[in-house]
Amino acid sequence: MQKHVVVIGAGPAGLETSANLAKLGLRVTLVEKEAVAGGHLRKWHALFPDFLSGNDAIENITKGINESVKIQSDTKVTGLESVNEYFTVSGHNGWQEKADAVVLTTGFQLFDSHRKEEYGYGIYENVITSADLEELFASGKEFVNRHGDKPDRVGFVHCVGSRDEKVNNLHCSKVCCITAVKQAIEVKQLLPDAEVFCFYMDLRMFGRHYEELYKEAQEKYNIQFIRGRLSESTEDKDGKIVVKVEDTLLGKPLRIKVGLLVLMAGMEPQADTKLLTNMLGLKNVPDGFIQPVDETLKANYTEVPGVFIAGTCSGPKSVSDTLADARSAALAVADYLRI
Amino acid sequence: MERKTKNFGYTVTRDRQIDFDANNHDIYKIVAKAEPTLNLCISCGSCAATCTAGQFTDFSLRKIILLVRRGETKDLEKEVSKCMLCGKCLLVCPRNVNSRNLVIQISKALYDNKMPVSECL
Repeated sequence: MQKHVVVIGAGPAGLETSANLAKLGLRVTLVEKEAVAGGHLRKWHALFPDFLSGNDAIENITKGINESVKIQSDTKVTGLESVNEYFTVSGHNGWQEKADAVVLTTGFQLFDSHRKEEYGYGIYENVITSADLEELFASGKEFVNRHGDKPDRVGFVHCVGSRDEKVNNLHCSKVCCITAVKQAIEVKQLLPDAEVFCFYMDLRMFGRHYEELYKEAQEKYNIQFIRGRLSESTEDKDGKIVVKVEDTLLGKPLRIKVGLLVLMAGMEPQADTKLLTNMLGLKNVPDGFIQPVDETLKANYTEVPGVFIAGTCSGPKSVSDTLADARSAALAVADYLRI
Repeated sequence: MERKTKNFGYTVTRDRQIDFDANNHDIYKIVAKAEPTLNLCISCGSCAATCTAGQFTDFSLRKIILLVRRGETKDLEKEVSKCMLCGKCLLVCPRNVNSRNLVIQISKALYDNKMPVSECL
């Protein structure tokens, strides 16, 4: 009998895992709580480092989804248990399936920037997040701030909700540094006269062509990088955002006014992940991200045989890393089911 | 002892390198033991950005931590004395460095070790 795998979460990780499981001859049900698949990628205008559009990315990943994959949308998984040789997965709407293996691809949620109250998100109109900026890019509307003005200066704040124990997130979200560089370039393309500043602690340009994009930001777009983490931002009487930072390389406190401040919101574990791991009795979830059996050798395996993980549910990843991880998870499942 | 020297009109420029091997690292050891969060600093500068003392003097806790860690104790007493112990830096540090106590422990270590005045000034 054809083996059946349930994949939970239809973001890039879930789609790519399902497509590859189908290629390996398995029957797949891909469960998604939203009405449409694609996850965060649907709202993302363009990806680093090559400005591939989020929609094009989804479209290409989805090409692999064939008739062996059933997408069960609008279904939030509320039950997940191991019964003898198989798993029973059930949804809030009465949907239920038996599965020979389960893949968790529940992804991440964006850090809620309201929690960094001192940066002014939700208080000052012209403090927005990196996700808000992607939506603005995607809308194709004229690039103006929330007061309807073309900002003469735009600031990007790295590490918002990442590497910050004050919000209980010690981890680095990996993708924000290069996303800030990408978004800074896009701002300069739309507003060539604007001055653009990035406030950073460390620039982690670890990926292929990230350093090149950083150099391009300096060379071609004259984007300025100031090494210092914001202590706070305020609004002046003209509605400009006043940023307070130490220019650590000069050793002096620095103040600068910007017309738009973009907070690079980091990745947090998806809240639903905890519900699922609790149902499975998975204990190895130290900071909310699922810890694989071994980060190097068994990155897609959990402590529960037959339950696998792929994508950002096990930690921040770029889209390309997520897709590679998903393909690797599909092979791990095939190995487990001995097909 | 005073030595009479003849001024030939030229001087030797003193080496400005941090001589890590020659520096005294006792202050670092004492402070790190008394307040281990000293070692958690990532030099982000949030403390210095929010610091009122830093607006009017060249006080920077980020810099002081580095001076301690490199054994550059010469200007330390003068530097830490600029802190008003208001503790705003505690509110912004992303690594939860116990910054206020750190300043106290540096002052205490310098006092207890009775650094010669010439080394403090």
